[in-house]
Amino acid sequence: MPGINTSSLPDIIFMLLFFFMVSTTMREVTVRVKQRMPEATEVQKLEKKSLVSFIYIGEPKNTKLFGTKSRIQLNDVFASVDDIPEFIAKEREARDEADRKFITTSLKVDGNTKMGIVTDVKQELRKSGAFKINYSTRKKVERRSR
Amino acid sequence: MARRAAPEINAGSTADIAFLLLIFFLVTTTMDVDTGITRKLPPPVENPDEDVDVKERNVLKILVNSHDMLMVDGKRSDVRLLKDKTKDFMALHPDNPDYPEITTKFIEELGKEFPASKGVISLKNDRGTSYEMYIKVQNELARAFNEMKDERSVELFGVKYSQLVDENKIKAINKLVPVRISEAEPEDIGGK
Repeated sequence: MPGINTSSLPDIIFMLLFFFMVSTTMREVTVRVKQRMPEATEVQKLEKKSLVSFIYIGEPKNTKLFGTKSRIQLNDVFASVDDIPEFIAKEREARDEADRKFITTSLKVDGNTKMGIVTDVKQELRKSGAFKINYSTRKKVERRSR
Repeated sequence: MARRAAPEINAGSTADIAFLLLIFFLVTTTMDVDTGITRKLPPPVENPDEDVDVKERNVLKILVNSHDMLMVDGKRSDVRLLKDKTKDFMALHPDNPDYPEITTKFIEELGKEFPASKGVISLKNDRGTSYEMYIKVQNELARAFNEMKDERSVELFGVKYSQLVDENKIKAINKLVPVRISEAEPEDIGGK
């Protein structure tokens, strides 16, 4: 009995490889706050991931070290509200001149967070001129009960 | 001189190398699509003392307190009722002083004038409101506006808003049904 010809096996694997290479988005920040997003039905997809900057807000994962009070995380570190203008300026600096007005700020906020901190962040964003925001939510599967 | 045939490179391990790479990408891939509710923040106000004069009847006031309770136009309400209330408020009610005023709006894309409501949704929340509740309210409001857009679109073009392809038609609907949600300047009420 002749053996199975395996010479096309690399090609098949390569095909899979390319698929994953293309669909991969590398996560460059380690999220240090709890992120259990609220659910919503009327969600839109965030287009153009390269034009989105993220602000994470929530209870720190390491509660022993950082306590249970909700914190803001910008890039890899905890920050305060006052750091936001600088963060926005840097994010703008990193993008192409032509793309700057399309930058969306995605607020990834834990559902248990109080609105106070979110409002502070929003006020700061308004002052910095980052008007386009996106409240990150999970998509809820709609049950048509009514 | 007789040329020695070059020995063939053993390609048997290419699959293994490819596998290795494949596994690397498999592990690092995050397939989650970011979804959310997109909103536009208003520019900062220059004169905080200057009040924009909006008639009482044109505003639907929504308040959320620190216990996540909802008040719509002075009465306690429930999130589940919010969508219908918003739609009812934003719908056209000619000659009814309880509802917003009506103006006519010229829509370039359609070359015609349309009656439009002057209604604004005003949303105010406490610092102690939970984010979950806030999103629930925002979601219901978004749903109300999306349904109104759908209805308008079906009425004018025969298809739902999400199925519109023509950019002009999309623009026209967006002008006819503007998402008018105003968020009040934050205020400390009810403490922590």
